[in-house]
Amino acid sequence: MIYDALKLIPAGDQALVVELGDEIDADLNRRVHDLTHLVEEQRIRGVVDLTPTYRSLLVQYDGTETSLGEVSSAIRDLEGKPGTASSEQPLVVHVPTLYGGEFGPDLEDIAERAGVPVAEAINIHSSEEYLVYMMGFTPGFPYLGGLDERLATPRLETPRQEIPAGTVGIAESQTGIYPVSSPGGWRLIGRTPLNLFDPSRESPSLLSAGDYLRFVPIDNEDEFKAIQDSVAEGTYETTMSVKQ
Amino acid sequence: MSQPSLEIVKPGLFTTVQDLGRPGYQRFGVPVSGAMDRFALRAANALAGNDVGAAALEMTVIGPSITFLVDTWAALAGGHLAPNLNGAPVKTWRAFKVSAGSQLTFHGMQDGMRAYLAIAGGIDVPKVMGSRSTYIPSGFGGFEGRALAEGDVLAAFAPDSEYRARFMPVDHILPPYGDTHALRVILGPQHEAFTPESTESLLSSTFEISLDSDRMGYVLDGPALQHVAGAGVVSDGNPLGAIQVPGDGSPTILLADRGTTGGYARIATVIGVDVDRMAQAVPGNTVTFSTISIAEAQELLREQVRLLEEIAAGPPEVDQHVAVTVDGVNFEVTDADGESLTREPVADPSNPESSQQVTATVGGGTYEFEVTIEPGGDQQT
Repeated sequence: MIYDALKLIPAGDQALVVELGDEIDADLNRRVHDLTHLVEEQRIRGVVDLTPTYRSLLVQYDGTETSLGEVSSAIRDLEGKPGTASSEQPLVVHVPTLYGGEFGPDLEDIAERAGVPVAEAINIHSSEEYLVYMMGFTPGFPYLGGLDERLATPRLETPRQEIPAGTVGIAESQTGIYPVSSPGGWRLIGRTPLNLFDPSRESPSLLSAGDYLRFVPIDNEDEFKAIQDSVAEGTYETTMSVKQ
Repeated sequence: MSQPSLEIVKPGLFTTVQDLGRPGYQRFGVPVSGAMDRFALRAANALAGNDVGAAALEMTVIGPSITFLVDTWAALAGGHLAPNLNGAPVKTWRAFKVSAGSQLTFHGMQDGMRAYLAIAGGIDVPKVMGSRSTYIPSGFGGFEGRALAEGDVLAAFAPDSEYRARFMPVDHILPPYGDTHALRVILGPQHEAFTPESTESLLSSTFEISLDSDRMGYVLDGPALQHVAGAGVVSDGNPLGAIQVPGDGSPTILLADRGTTGGYARIATVIGVDVDRMAQAVPGNTVTFSTISIAEAQELLREQVRLLEEIAAGPPEVDQHVAVTVDGVNFEVTDADGESLTREPVADPSNPESSQQVTATVGGGTYEFEVTIEPGGDQQT
């Protein structure tokens, strides 16, 4: 549910949790991002960082420059103000993905479980626009919502030791992308040549919480390689569209 | 401008470049990182004449061996890892002078586990997302995104030419950290997810720091804490010092390299000044928890800031012109480097027991004196 009023909960002497509800829900999450923009625009004295998540906003502040009371009342003042983020249409970031083969060893299994041909499984996965509810876990990792239930698959019993960066996977009713190589138990269906996180870029993260993401199938390895090369050269321009 | 200033002869167990971290990128999943003991890093910088957030070395358990490549000032603060300068013990919580070729070595963990070395000017490594701190799991920041290794040469920015040696006022030097740590907490943000008995147990039991503890967090062994209805919450932001409790009931205190978000209920949050202390606690040490008000905790943070400002202001101005008079003729007194004592503070004016060996050349003969400061400011030789 979405709460009638913001719930402000102290988290130690230098942070405050602003809770807007208690579940994973796209409307509730939109309100979190709206509030995040408002708090940013307000430039509340002493606020040092904001972490928007599924249903709450963590406000970290400098306890020597301001107090819980001051930060709380500045946030209360924003309650009910129309959000700026929702007046702008969210962006859809297009993520080219090569499905199946060596990059997606679990794709056939997932299609079989769903009772559809592989091409149809790719079609289902790539026709959805997934909301980036929040980012966390590792730098650049998006928590995506909206996976078609037919593709939902349990994690592997035994996690793989090394999953390359850019791998697209499915775990339960979530789909996601590994931004960096790591061990993991997700079922792997493909890979993107895009670099989700590069600390040397001016905007290190390809995605922001509140964006949408769409997987765009790549035809073959040559195309994958061509995109990978232009990403490495810094000449690749990510395709973005406005969420309808 | 910066110049090569430190060479790592031996890296020690785990030595990294840290500053006060990179806030502002947690929304992209980037941990804050930075010094585990933020107070000690700031103090070392203040003592060395730097901005409190300059980059310095965080040295863990077994300190490195370092050769200085320039004449400069440096300062050590935090844990006591038995530092020696050119073979003689060097005091922590105060600045010391080094020359090109000076060797700084460490000879074992005496108290606390993380020491901070600041060099005048601050360490020059590229900023990544606004910070020079090292984040090892993703391999960025600091010196090439990694812990220091043998042969690494670090540059420092040009120091402030007006610098005068600085001391921690003697009555503010922290008492030894010891083996037991009384930490103060604010309950929440999710203490309602726990049984009342578990909150009681948190505040009345003694916990032991497990070996499974690092810059991300400290896992505690002790009575298992019980959730009312499962350990999971809808994943949200992880504040510094949060005590999260997974399903097995073992509390984990989240520290500098913590993940930005997490899905375990947090029973309480350790206050800022005690997170610094936590950074000095060694696996096997014990901790206890008690509650404090947010206002009191923030007053303790402000006390730290006032103390750092006091250090940065430098020692109080005293007339330190020291001379000896022999048969009616004045002779200037110099320190071991031949510099007049009018230019450098002789001893810590706030410490009645501090003293310094000086020499004077009188009529061709060199004499050694011990200079002390007496209350009232007059100096005697």
